Amino acid sequence: MNFETIIGLEVHAELKTKTKAFCSCINEFGGEVNTNCCPVCMGYPGALPVLNKKLVEYAVRAGLALNCEISLFSKTDRKNYFYPDLPKAFQISQYDIPLCKNGSLKIEVDGKEKVIGITRIHIEEDAGKMLHGTESEDYSLVDFNRSGVPLIEIVSEPDLRSPLEARLYLEKLKGILEYLEISDCKMQEGSLRCDANISVRPVGQKEFGVKTEIKNMNSLKALQRALEYEEERHKRILTEGGTIVQETRRWDEAKGITVSMRTKGQADDYRYFPEPDLVPIVLEKEWIESIRKDLPELPDEKRKRFVKEYGIPEYDASILTLTKELSNFFEACAKGHKNPKAVSNWVMGEVLRVMKEKDIELKELNIKPQSLGRLIDLVDEGVLSNTGAKQVFEEMYKTGEEPEVLVDRLGLRQISDEGAIIELVKKVLEENQKSVEDYKKGKTNALGYLVGQCMKASKGKANPQLINKILKDLLS
Amino acid sequence: MVEKNELLKMASIAKLKMTEEEAETIVKKFNVVLGTASLFNELDLEDVEPSYNINSVTNVMREDIPKESFEREIMLANAPEKLYGCIKVSKIIE
Amino acid sequence: MNLYSLTLHEIRDKMRNGEISSKEVLDSVYKRIEEVEDKIGAYLTLTKDYAYEVAESIDRRRLKGEELGDLAGIPVAVKDNISTKGIKTTCASKMLENYVPPFDAHVIEKLKDAGAIIIGKTNLDEFAMGHSTENSAFKITKNPWDLERVPGGSSGGSAAAVAADEAYFSLGSDTGGSIRQPAAMCGIVGFKPTYGAVSRYGLVAFASSFDQIGPFAKDVEDCAIILNYLYGHDERDSTSLPAEYEDFKAALNKDIKGMKIGLPKEYFAEGIDPEIKDLVLNGVKVLENLGAHVEEISLPHTKYAVPVYYIITSAEAFSNLARFDGVRYGYRTKEYKDLEELYVNSRSEGFGKEVKFRILLGTYSLTSENYDYYHKRALKVRRLIRQEFDEAFNKYDVLISPSYPIVATKFGEQSENVSIAYMSDICTVPINIAGIPAMSIPCGFSKGLPVGMQIMSKAMGEAAIIKVAHAFERNTDYNKKKPSL
Repeated sequence: MNFETIIGLEVHAELKTKTKAFCSCINEFGGEVNTNCCPVCMGYPGALPVLNKKLVEYAVRAGLALNCEISLFSKTDRKNYFYPDLPKAFQISQYDIPLCKNGSLKIEVDGKEKVIGITRIHIEEDAGKMLHGTESEDYSLVDFNRSGVPLIEIVSEPDLRSPLEARLYLEKLKGILEYLEISDCKMQEGSLRCDANISVRPVGQKEFGVKTEIKNMNSLKALQRALEYEEERHKRILTEGGTIVQETRRWDEAKGITVSMRTKGQADDYRYFPEPDLVPIVLEKEWIESIRKDLPELPDEKRKRFVKEYGIPEYDASILTLTKELSNFFEACAKGHKNPKAVSNWVMGEVLRVMKEKDIELKELNIKPQSLGRLIDLVDEGVLSNTGAKQVFEEMYKTGEEPEVLVDRLGLRQISDEGAIIELVKKVLEENQKSVEDYKKGKTNALGYLVGQCMKASKGKANPQLINKILKDLLS
Repeated sequence: MVEKNELLKMASIAKLKMTEEEAETIVKKFNVVLGTASLFNELDLEDVEPSYNINSVTNVMREDIPKESFEREIMLANAPEKLYGCIKVSKIIE
Repeated sequence: MNLYSLTLHEIRDKMRNGEISSKEVLDSVYKRIEEVEDKIGAYLTLTKDYAYEVAESIDRRRLKGEELGDLAGIPVAVKDNISTKGIKTTCASKMLENYVPPFDAHVIEKLKDAGAIIIGKTNLDEFAMGHSTENSAFKITKNPWDLERVPGGSSGGSAAAVAADEAYFSLGSDTGGSIRQPAAMCGIVGFKPTYGAVSRYGLVAFASSFDQIGPFAKDVEDCAIILNYLYGHDERDSTSLPAEYEDFKAALNKDIKGMKIGLPKEYFAEGIDPEIKDLVLNGVKVLENLGAHVEEISLPHTKYAVPVYYIITSAEAFSNLARFDGVRYGYRTKEYKDLEELYVNSRSEGFGKEVKFRILLGTYSLTSENYDYYHKRALKVRRLIRQEFDEAFNKYDVLISPSYPIVATKFGEQSENVSIAYMSDICTVPINIAGIPAMSIPCGFSKGLPVGMQIMSKAMGEAAIIKVAHAFERNTDYNKKKPSL
């Protein structure tokens, strides 16, 4: 049987406001336990919330960047459930009138553009953090530093059709939130969290299959792996004639499987009702427009501009604009550079390779964009071979030294003196009469061999293009 | 009409213990109070907007300016059980 | 004449002209408390050491020639659901028996700034839920006029304290009548402000959209003085009104000739004790004789007020009281083996019957299946009730009704009779639903028990209430009567 997979994502992004959502405590990751707390964010009797304006502004920024309608009238609601990390035993959230709705996000799948619907974006507050001791300890501890940190929840339509699409969507969304400078989007630290709803159905069937919700995926890769696992699990169960249980499952990264979660902290019904301690949010069109006007350039616009301004291929531009950091790095390097395509190749090649291999962020890579630009210049000028340049690059991010210095220290400067190369080639031709004859008889392969011999004779330092040219001249 | 069993279910959701007998004694009062909602049936409420703030106050927001948090000792002074600067609760297995 | 039996403004004048010190006033009040508190039981906590410290500092300041405000050196009692930093705030619940707030409520900050002296915290129905103060986990409070009867509730301790001269004034909270009803039953002035006029910051919430803090006072002038200090915008309470706040003393000693008074007939209907009805109508006659125009009007939506009230307040209470879970503060059960038991046992042992009952109402009415039928409709009807009042106040300066349909009941009477406890709210709850202000002022006695007359105005129209009430008080002497203790 052929199946179709249906996926929708719920993404929570912690907003990097200076203060919490409903009190003036600092919004900060880490910090000593229970030190960024007050009666409001610890849910003391009689304490009252006051909405942080920045939270609304950031959420509207996200809404506009994701092509949403912004609600001119919205309100907050209480989502009620018991859990030790939820001090008021309700979370201030938005229920029936979210701040933003009906948006969309474009992703590129197999070179084709696909539009993913965004159902809604609403504002809410984060809960505190449970600290679980070792197995022998019979208690858990609660830290409320995170309690009341502002969040937006971005809910997609069930428009995603594969785990890869889900990953591309999240990657793109993460990029946009970073471009907007409203969230750190660190999945490892939990400032970006993603829950996925997945179901499968036989191709041609209209109704959705029974879905499961997957939690605890701490990276883009984990999201894709978890969904691939879950997709297979659904298909297998259905193929074997079984039925899917609607439930929440937790991704176990180490084991590479999803496991059923007991539904702790999950009420049967959240008993939403309008938050009486806060008043409705009524936005003015002019204010929304002023935020729209101040939106930074977003990935799609930037991609188009890169293609136009730097003449690089569409594919390169889409990779380079995925994150703001990478795009800025590329641009700082490519701006005014003679060879933007080479810059693009280097950034997409070596830079991304090293980041991936070392699992580091761009800013941890010890290379200034200008230095990379000059490295590429050295190649273009024939001072460095491509292989030599790669060696220099390795040294650059290890030591932070400039390419000009490294070329000489590593002894990689190419011989580009034509006279010296002619001498060298002549000597090689004398020593390889057989090959010369072969070449003249039409065996073009012999030329490659001769180039190789010349490079060897120069200990790899001769400029290969020059050798090629001189060889051809001398042989003709 | 709310049945006794329904009441017992509500109690467990609200994290309250309730015996069958206790439920028995309040179920009548419960229904008397909630039953008065049927009075609303006389009204045409179709086009009436729910009221959120009775004074129609809107848009009360504060600037994103930090203020000093409370000292941890003060915030934990009322805690029934605490450990390592945290509130202590029963072990939770996730 | 004992010092404790004077009014706030009388004692203020004596302190201002140097006749007496704040310490002497305090001595007198604590002596009175010593004498009668055993009979009355108004207080849960007395804060003697703290009070004397403040009194001494006020006296020092006065000696230095500092000009002090109306409340400087005046002893005040505070309902025990209003947070006082460093002083237990129990809400008369086992749940908060040992809870000491780390901060002051906004009104407490204001009182302290004004130099008022907090002398103790008063008894109430647990978490302000009730009509008799019998739902306190700690003690019962008796009506100073008849020790076999309740003082009303939920602010029964605050009402009884003032009625028994155990404080010059006190603070209560009013969610559905919890200031006006005990004020009526104890024969004093009680005021429920416009919603949003007094910050709720630090008031332990029962029903956030109805709760308001207000004063109990010995007369209308005192009430006007106190309101001046309590009112004002507070940025920590999002529902606080950013309005212009007027000086209510300016509304004293005014002529009421030509003022328009409406008598909503639904508030005089069946169920109102006929003697109470007559006393209120006699009171209205006094005002008519002073030149006010009186007309009967109809507020047909009144009958929906009780369901609106119970649905919304119970839902909000369910949610507001969920935080009492034994985790961060308050009562934690001794017996638990896992988180569920920690929650269930702490809450079951910590809350009393009435509180549990209201929580259950809210738990039920808020399910996703029930929400539209109960809560959403109640929010809609609330709008209609407010609109009806707005229209009435286009024509009338104030509306007048009985404060409560019956006089103080005997102990136990209310819990036995569901309809007494739940249906007698008809005169008081519409005011909370509409968010408008109202005062209860003594207007006579029925079988020796005090009766209150309720005067309402449009939102932020309290000056009209003060005007009418003060005119009434100047022409009657009900407020001068004292219970014999």
